[in-house]
Amino acid sequence: MSVLRNARKLIVARAIAGNRHFAVRYLPGFSTIAVLCFVLLYAPIVALVIYSFNSGTNIALWEGFSLHWYTVAWENELVQEVTFRSLIVASMAAVTSTMLATMAALGTTRTGDYRGRMLIYATINQPLMVPEIVTGVALLIFFAIVKAFTGYHGLAYLIAAHTAFCIPFAYLPIRARLEGMDSSLETAAQDLYATPVKTFWRITLPLMWPGILAGFMLAFVISLDDVVITELVKSAGQDTLPTYMLGQLRRGITPEVNAISSALLGISILLVSLFFVLRNR
Amino acid sequence: MLSVSNVYQSCKLSDPVCSRQIAVEIQCATKVFESRTSSVTALDNVSLEIQQNEFFTLLGPSGCGKTTLLRLIAGFEHPSDGQIRLYGEDITFWPPYQRPVNTVFQNYALFPHMTVRQNISFGLEMLKRSKAEISKTVAEVLNLVRMEELAERRVSDISGGQQQRVALARALAPQPKVLLLDESLSALDYKLRQDMQIELKRLQHETGITFVFVTHDQEEALTMSDRMAVMNVGKILQVGTPGEIYNFPKQRFVAEFIGDSNFLEGYVVARSSSRAKVELSPTYCADLPADDAVQPGTRVSVAVRPEQATLTSATTAAALQGRVSNMVYFGTHTHYVIKLENGDLFTVHQQNLSGHEIEYEPGHAVGVTLNQSTMQILKD
Repeated sequence: MSVLRNARKLIVARAIAGNRHFAVRYLPGFSTIAVLCFVLLYAPIVALVIYSFNSGTNIALWEGFSLHWYTVAWENELVQEVTFRSLIVASMAAVTSTMLATMAALGTTRTGDYRGRMLIYATINQPLMVPEIVTGVALLIFFAIVKAFTGYHGLAYLIAAHTAFCIPFAYLPIRARLEGMDSSLETAAQDLYATPVKTFWRITLPLMWPGILAGFMLAFVISLDDVVITELVKSAGQDTLPTYMLGQLRRGITPEVNAISSALLGISILLVSLFFVLRNR
Repeated sequence: MLSVSNVYQSCKLSDPVCSRQIAVEIQCATKVFESRTSSVTALDNVSLEIQQNEFFTLLGPSGCGKTTLLRLIAGFEHPSDGQIRLYGEDITFWPPYQRPVNTVFQNYALFPHMTVRQNISFGLEMLKRSKAEISKTVAEVLNLVRMEELAERRVSDISGGQQQRVALARALAPQPKVLLLDESLSALDYKLRQDMQIELKRLQHETGITFVFVTHDQEEALTMSDRMAVMNVGKILQVGTPGEIYNFPKQRFVAEFIGDSNFLEGYVVARSSSRAKVELSPTYCADLPADDAVQPGTRVSVAVRPEQATLTSATTAAALQGRVSNMVYFGTHTHYVIKLENGDLFTVHQQNLSGHEIEYEPGHAVGVTLNQSTMQILKD
């Protein structure tokens, strides 16, 4: 009882002392719960990474350290092929969606207040709310119709699908950047004889560039990791890295998948860190 | 120095008629801001002439329309009605990038991704001046604002006062016909602000550019302007030199906004062609200049500056009678608050001349003598 009372006194004292926020960390059990959450979140991933260095073929039995499975994965031509395809799809989708998102962000922040603006925000962000499986099925049906008419079966469908669901991810950081930018800078440029086009190239674009890069990287990572929509939209022989791995897992698990997953994880961490660095610049 | 408007300067010196040329002319400008839910009239049928080479100030409380007027001249806004002329040319609907007018923004609006030098040369680059001319002009302007040493710094790495100078330099570099300053000194601390006031006057003198300065600080307006306009709720109330505005306010708002004033209520008892007799107390009538609106039998307000009244010992010869209710000693002068016989309070700033003792203690009966030549009948 007395411990609880003391804790409460402490909270009250902190609040009175002018803490700007109510400090949750003084509640009993806070640290325990926090540590438990982090263990739950990261223990499986840590295990995955550790077992990617396992020398044996059993994914549950540690037989010693080796880079064997990384070599196997690296030399597997199928892995090379699907990795290359993943990178093509991700970069094409990221470039296209970032360009579209940039235009959308300019259109929604650099125009006056107009009727239906909230509707436009909602429409752009809608893919975030719609379940991925619904988007996937919709695209599957739509592309089936297009395929029937055109006879084209190439990679463009996959790129188009990835572009579509990457747009909101690219849009959010770009819009945030534009909204944080002082619009009087553009006014000042016009005052100094810059036409609207010149103002865009000399002032708006250089200043929003970190936002565009961040949007690009986020879109790239999202596209690289996608399984559900890719699985539904891809034609035969169009596996990307994640769908290939899924296929492998169905046949039986080897630490090769661990190695590929770890590598993918490394790339994602790298890109997301870059995203944060750029966003805070 | 800047070769800027040498044309105008030389013509000012040689030709007195030309020297009165009008730089900016606002004709009946009205600006209504309409949104989906409301409409606000920021400017209401405003007309104004600003002469070349003038340091002209727009003074008024926030929301009076002074910044809107500035933005109309800069081209950031277009009037709902009326015309704006620059040296006779109708520029009402010209975009800002075509007007030979530059602005020093309240928050400076320096380009954060550029150095001091790049900021200053931006306008000249947009005007497609030659490289040689740009570097020459930038060097001149840097010298003018004493920022040569910091030319290669990023604008985020210099102090507020230095940013202010860069903003000025950037606006001066393209040698505009009119320089607009939007509350440009209000972000600076007191000492820096006083330095910049002197600096601005020097720059205006050296460049010969017409300055239009927006401020809500009456002291700044009085000390810096050649002429000024006092604005309130979208209207210009009075235009004149600082002396005219301070000494002869035409409206109660002007008298109240600039300096301290006492307001006396009085009856108009008689009037002649250009003057009126106003009864201010049972024993005192003032003979004041009046326009046609002042009719016998009506009530009017009369403004008296506290330093234009003197205290005397209580005699019937004085204009007003009362008792000292409060006094504050300031060294060079003393502020007295007098409670008049009708109960109103009246402030007197009495100069403390050669070793005078403080003569009037609180509670003393005193007389107040008024300097009739500086009293004004006001329009409400």
